[in-house]
Amino acid sequence: MAEDRNEVWREELRKATKNSERVQIPRIHMNELNAHFRARTRDEVNQGLTMEQALQESRRCLDCPNPTCMSGCPVSINIPGFIKNIERGEILEAAKVLKQTSALPAVCGRVCPQEKQCESQCTYKLKLKKEPVAIGYLERFAADYERESGHVSVPEIAAKNGVKVAVVGSGPAGLSFAGDMAKKGYSVTVFEALHEIGGVLKYGIPEFRLPNHIVDVEIESLRGMGVEFVKDCIVGKTISMEDLKKDGYKGVFVASGAGLPRFMNIPGENLIGVMSSNEYLTRVNLMDASNEESDTPVLKGKNVAVVGGGNTAMDSVRTALRLGAERAMIVYRRSEEEMPARLEEVKHAKEEGVEFMTLHNPIEYLGDEKGRVKTMRLQVMELGEPDASGRRSPVPVEGKIIEVDVDVVVVSIGVSPNPIVPHSVNGLDVSPKGTIVVNEGMQSSIPTIFAGGDIVRGGATVILAMGDGRAAAKSMDEYLKK
Amino acid sequence: MNKIVGKEHFSENVVKFEVEAPLIAKSRKAGHFVIVRVGEKGERIPLTIADADVEKGTITLVVQKIGVSTTRLCALNVGDEITDVVGPLGKATHIEKFGTVVCAGGGVGVAPLLPIVKSLKAAGNKVVTVLAARNKDLIILEKEMREFSDEVIIMTDDGSTGKKGLVTQGVEEVINREKVDLCVTIGPAIMMKFVSLLTKKYNLPTVASLNTIMVDGTGMCGACRLTVDGKTKFVCVDGPEFDAHQVDFDEMLMRMGAYREIEQADLANKFGKK
Repeated sequence: MAEDRNEVWREELRKATKNSERVQIPRIHMNELNAHFRARTRDEVNQGLTMEQALQESRRCLDCPNPTCMSGCPVSINIPGFIKNIERGEILEAAKVLKQTSALPAVCGRVCPQEKQCESQCTYKLKLKKEPVAIGYLERFAADYERESGHVSVPEIAAKNGVKVAVVGSGPAGLSFAGDMAKKGYSVTVFEALHEIGGVLKYGIPEFRLPNHIVDVEIESLRGMGVEFVKDCIVGKTISMEDLKKDGYKGVFVASGAGLPRFMNIPGENLIGVMSSNEYLTRVNLMDASNEESDTPVLKGKNVAVVGGGNTAMDSVRTALRLGAERAMIVYRRSEEEMPARLEEVKHAKEEGVEFMTLHNPIEYLGDEKGRVKTMRLQVMELGEPDASGRRSPVPVEGKIIEVDVDVVVVSIGVSPNPIVPHSVNGLDVSPKGTIVVNEGMQSSIPTIFAGGDIVRGGATVILAMGDGRAAAKSMDEYLKK
Repeated sequence: MNKIVGKEHFSENVVKFEVEAPLIAKSRKAGHFVIVRVGEKGERIPLTIADADVEKGTITLVVQKIGVSTTRLCALNVGDEITDVVGPLGKATHIEKFGTVVCAGGGVGVAPLLPIVKSLKAAGNKVVTVLAARNKDLIILEKEMREFSDEVIIMTDDGSTGKKGLVTQGVEEVINREKVDLCVTIGPAIMMKFVSLLTKKYNLPTVASLNTIMVDGTGMCGACRLTVDGKTKFVCVDGPEFDAHQVDFDEMLMRMGAYREIEQADLANKFGKK
């Protein structure tokens, strides 16, 4: 429990409104753009809460003596602490509380799967069987309020200790680590392979869910804390780990993310028009390919199928609508219940007109004379016994195969870790899957090298990557102080 | 930002650039490529490194003006800056003493072939280089190739210099007259396909360096994938060099055309060309 719960204002706030009154307030609904309209624009779907809505929602929070919600947060945000600051109208204070543990509150408030994390552990959910406090909406509200107020606070930074540390990759894990290490007084340099800082937040997550300018503000705030960024520099290629050591870096945090997209290895998968979600989203998000001024092309399909059921699949299929698809389909081999995507993404996709072809699995793609995909053959599936993951595994319904016309297929069935760092460092312990092996302190088999995010997990969420960044910062700091 | 310190026209549409990139110059090896982007709305395109000068901290790139991005690049002059240059990418060429190596280059593929010729020669191989182009004006780097090769055979479609004929005729001539241990080929996909078909007939091991469509160039997007020996490989991280006899060149040729129509429209739109 955070000590600030005992502060006088918190006690008064708790007394001011009875819990019996608080629990009567219904959970707030997010303001959203109209589904029909938004499906053809890049504007952000969720419009955020108004001050009035945020104040109302903040009153629902019971400021529990044992805030279980915090145990559901990978970066241990002081959740009641920031929510109660909203309730008393100190929104900038609320933002400061968020920044104590999160380098990217405006990002987390938008893309975290709260229903599986903090909100799943909320007392409303656990004890009262009611809808949880909208922690994610409130987080976003506080972060957006601060940004728009023009009074962006810079977190307190310890005196410079003169120790240099390097970060490989500027995605959520790298940024979270960089923020924490800067606060501890380290000189932090982040090396990024691409021409933009932000990693998956820039190339992967679309504008309609996480606008790039929001990410840029968070990056600017890290710059304000003294973090340096070097783009177009690939550690393991442009410079080596040895070079970093020679340049005086005492520790390196590898957060190079997911690399190689997975394909299904079925006939016709290399036809023109079949591509990975990484390629599709990178062209549209990072390279701005749907803008006529951009030199990067993208295939805009009329009939677009996205294979997979995760958040990236939802991002891809909703992007297809925004590029003008007449028919945008999710093709998923299990049922909707097993889909790993956030509930909100599935709901939004449906509202926007995405067709869900669950219990269908692609087995072959057929092309035209120029090698462009034109038909997808799908095996109809049904659910069998639960598999190793506990989900009921899909099995083919014999003889039931259907054909669907497609001109773009986006394969979104996961990624393998980026091989560049694991391949370029001698003595680094790497798993058979290609992930870097680390201990509970995110330390690799080489003591000065730490790692986190998808290069360790093989494919997870923004917030888990950020949690790794925080854990690695704590542990590297302890190691370097020895 | 990387400054251009040298520019030379090999022909109207083929330009050699010397670009400041000290870290890349130091770490690159024969066979590596870079990703280049021109302008804030620019595309990321792969270009194989033709040479490097560690002292000066520069790399050499040879570019053929074809589409929007190469047109933008070729319009830059000494003193201008390229928005982004990142690398070196891909796996370096495997160099050892093979014996006699035939290096077959076509078009601008001759440029990335040069460092391979140099390295093979330095490793003690006898290097016979076959350079091919449509005509005399399009033969590039002949002088440099002569410096590092034991012999250079020039082939042109119209016979305006060297012998009249295709690159494959030059390669076959060498195979027929002496024992050849390896063939390395870089050029247009269609040329590499025919070199590969020829050398397969003679069971001559052949390496081809592929220049497919890429976006990030670091293994992330899979745009560059193609079938090698029945398996899907990524040119950017598994290549760019592969056993030519295992490469599905027809698939590669097909995939190279993925954006052709969009690109031609874009070129007409932006530069008024057809």
